[in-house]
Amino acid sequence: MDSENSRERICGIFNPGMKHSIHLKINGQRYSHDVEPRLLLIHYLREIAELKGPHIGCETSICGACTVLVDGQAVKSCAMFAVQADGCEVTTIEGLATNGTLHPVQEAFWNEHGAQCGYCTPGMIIAAKQLLDRNPHPNEDEIRHGLEGNLCRCTGYQHIVNAVKAAAEKMGA
Amino acid sequence: MATTTTKTETLVGKRIRRREDPRLITGTATYVDDIQLPGMNHACIVRSPHAAARIKGIDAKAALELPGVVAVFTGADTKDVGPVPCGASLPGLRVPHHYILAIDRVYFVGHPVAVVVASDRYIARDAADLIEVDYEPLPAVADPEKALAPGAPAVHPEWPDNIAFTYQQKGGDTDEAFKNAEVIVKERIVSQRLIPAAMEGRGVVADWKSGDKALTIWTSTQIPHLVRTLVALMLGVPEHHLRIIAPEVGGGFGSKLNVYAEEALMGFIAMRLAKPVKWIESRRENFTCTIHGRGHVDYLELAAKRDGTILGMKMKLIQDLGSYHQLLTPAIPTLSVLMMPGLYKFQNIHAEIVGVFTNCVPTDAYRGAGRPEATHVIERMVDILAAELKMDPAELRLLNFVDNESFPFATATGLTYDSGDYAAPLKKALDIVEYHHLREQQKEARAAGRLFGIGMSTYGEICAMGPSPATPAGGWESATVKIEPTGTVTVMTGVSPHGQGEETTFAQIAADELGVPIDDIVVQHGDTAIVQYGIGTFGSRATAVGGTALYFALQDLKKKIKLFGAMLLQSEDVTFADGVCTCNKSGKTVTLQQIAGASYRAMTLPTNTEPGMVATRFWEPPNFTFPFGAHIAVTEVDRETGDIEIKRYVAVDDCGNIINPLIVAGQIHGGVAQGLGQALFERAVYDDDGQLVSGEFMDYAVPRAHMMPWIETEHTITPSPVNPLGVKGVGEAGTIGASPAIVNSVVDALSPLGVRHIDMPMIPETIWNLIRKGAHA
Repeated sequence: MDSENSRERICGIFNPGMKHSIHLKINGQRYSHDVEPRLLLIHYLREIAELKGPHIGCETSICGACTVLVDGQAVKSCAMFAVQADGCEVTTIEGLATNGTLHPVQEAFWNEHGAQCGYCTPGMIIAAKQLLDRNPHPNEDEIRHGLEGNLCRCTGYQHIVNAVKAAAEKMGA
Repeated sequence: MATTTTKTETLVGKRIRRREDPRLITGTATYVDDIQLPGMNHACIVRSPHAAARIKGIDAKAALELPGVVAVFTGADTKDVGPVPCGASLPGLRVPHHYILAIDRVYFVGHPVAVVVASDRYIARDAADLIEVDYEPLPAVADPEKALAPGAPAVHPEWPDNIAFTYQQKGGDTDEAFKNAEVIVKERIVSQRLIPAAMEGRGVVADWKSGDKALTIWTSTQIPHLVRTLVALMLGVPEHHLRIIAPEVGGGFGSKLNVYAEEALMGFIAMRLAKPVKWIESRRENFTCTIHGRGHVDYLELAAKRDGTILGMKMKLIQDLGSYHQLLTPAIPTLSVLMMPGLYKFQNIHAEIVGVFTNCVPTDAYRGAGRPEATHVIERMVDILAAELKMDPAELRLLNFVDNESFPFATATGLTYDSGDYAAPLKKALDIVEYHHLREQQKEARAAGRLFGIGMSTYGEICAMGPSPATPAGGWESATVKIEPTGTVTVMTGVSPHGQGEETTFAQIAADELGVPIDDIVVQHGDTAIVQYGIGTFGSRATAVGGTALYFALQDLKKKIKLFGAMLLQSEDVTFADGVCTCNKSGKTVTLQQIAGASYRAMTLPTNTEPGMVATRFWEPPNFTFPFGAHIAVTEVDRETGDIEIKRYVAVDDCGNIINPLIVAGQIHGGVAQGLGQALFERAVYDDDGQLVSGEFMDYAVPRAHMMPWIETEHTITPSPVNPLGVKGVGEAGTIGASPAIVNSVVDALSPLGVRHIDMPMIPETIWNLIRKGAHA
């Protein structure tokens, strides 16, 4: 009931004539909504699809807290409109574990203390996953440059680098 | 039910992965913006684009006509809400009345002027643009030294000199020390304004239940109980009708050690409209309206003998306060003065602080809060002295350190250093980098024309804030431990972790004391309805003060466990260990689970005992703790570009006993990143008109992964005698150690060009200009 309300509030009241129909798959599940063209993908994910995992850290595509996969590509979902994701497959942090088993990158972030306050973590894990998809055996320099689009203010990145290394080892094993 | 009854492995000191992480790595944690309440409105705040202006009128008509807009409030509506509080008191302090919305004048860019409430955040934002504010711009001043100049614009017209306070601290006889000096070095050192930039900005949700007259506020804060007391006073809501919840908090670094206008404002709106309301700070607001840190201009003089013995120090500290006092604004530079002598034994100091109003957002506590500034200046001055005397900077430090046999050591600033072996981390760090070999390498590099630097800092800090007489809101901490009838354990702590991992470290402490598996323990915090009272998380105090309160509550509980155990075993002679009570005569045992169950069933009670299994302690620390350490940075500067490469970074920290080395390493890494950010990249830039030029992440360089060196961490361990855990605190150490180590290293690299000091941030442009100047000198 509450989600119906928030849907109505987000999409319906302001300029209802301009709504566009979008159909997309998020974490394997189908979603269809009529949305304003200006609605950011991150707001669609968080407030309409009710996936609170991706966070908003800047709304200017600098910090990467909102990073999700769109058709397998890591994107900053604050820099994309929901209508641009029409017909796409989106994966958020909530969709990374399979049948309750953590993805190796998630497990490695846990084992290596890759998260402190956790706010950048969902975006950071998605970025790290893409990095390893593209380069299964990155060296330290490649890991650091691969994550340069994602800000973390807590960790100094060292434990994140360790986590990516550990995940690479596990995934390559 | 408790999973198992006993465990024998000791957990304190072990590398244990964090118990808070499963929710963080799966995206299921609840931060403020994740809270959705039925019928919730969204607020957007209209803020001043001017650093100083008169408000001649506000027209909200167009905004109110936009469908979905519920209300607009201005300063006229909120003027009876109490002022944003300043908790610091200094003699003669001038405190401007800090309304939650501006009344007729604005004092900084971002000053809140009006608030729009609408049914969704897009509409609220649209409506904010429709509000017409008629401003008459006034002259502004953004630089603290310019604000002190005669004829400068007055930030607050009632105080035309822009001076909020002056403060003196003297110890020993500085005049005599300077008279006896064989060498005096002087320097002007700037600790620039920084933006804390927690990844989660601030956010507030407020919900008013009119039937109960009960207000609940979720806020991204480090100090939920202090927010409760102070916002209750601001709003005139009885404190017992106000509940504050700090949900998952996405970093603070001091920026959320505060009470902000928006916390009271959302409470006001929720009460006025009888509907829940949410406000989420944008990043732009976070940069313009959440407190900044640092903002010092320091004039220093260090007196010494030719053999390197430091005799005394003078400091004039000009603190950029911004336009208002937030919770601790004027107190922060007094911490700098306290730590002025660093790790050195000289006994003559004279410090003068001038707190200056500027048309900028207030400064306040940012990771280290006064101590990084103090350490930066003393560690720079010691290096400048070493250069003057042509002494090795390590030798000069070793000569002047407080001696091991002098602890507890009384400083000239009135502190008592608890324990230390200041040479130990320096010697260890020097060994790790193979210092003498490194100096040889440097000679070769210099001979080849390379700019190769070796820099060190040896820092001390004041942690475990703190004894109550020294901490405005009280410096104690609370803990409650309950053992439930089934044997599970709930710890409730007054500290309010937001990334520091106390759900894990406090569970480690409790598991060891009670002898139960860690999975049988949960640590709760950050909700005033759950935790009776607490002070919060800041000043590297959580484990040293909150952990100690927990330790003592556990001791009380163990006494009660033994009483009930003795009753069940029908023996006076029992011991409790590893979660089991044993009769020393018969060898019969009862488990903690059985004892807990019996304490609640209470069929029979031991003499003078109440049913149940709960203990609460409020613990007042007798002193601060004083962690210390040595950091060494090895750098090379590119002559062509001015770019700085950190070739090696070694951090040897002594934070007393270590509860969880994994978490301690994370604190050091993150701290170093923030100190390195100050040294190399970060600066809040206001132009002459008071516009914040570095107003987004685009213009403010928070270090990214590829900008950080590998940090080699090591420790020495000198337990603190102040608390039974022997811990000192580690949250700010990295930040305090890093900036002087890096600056000292780069100055060392450029010293062949005649460079003696460089102010932060050492951006390539600055360095390139110094190299050009040096090359032409």
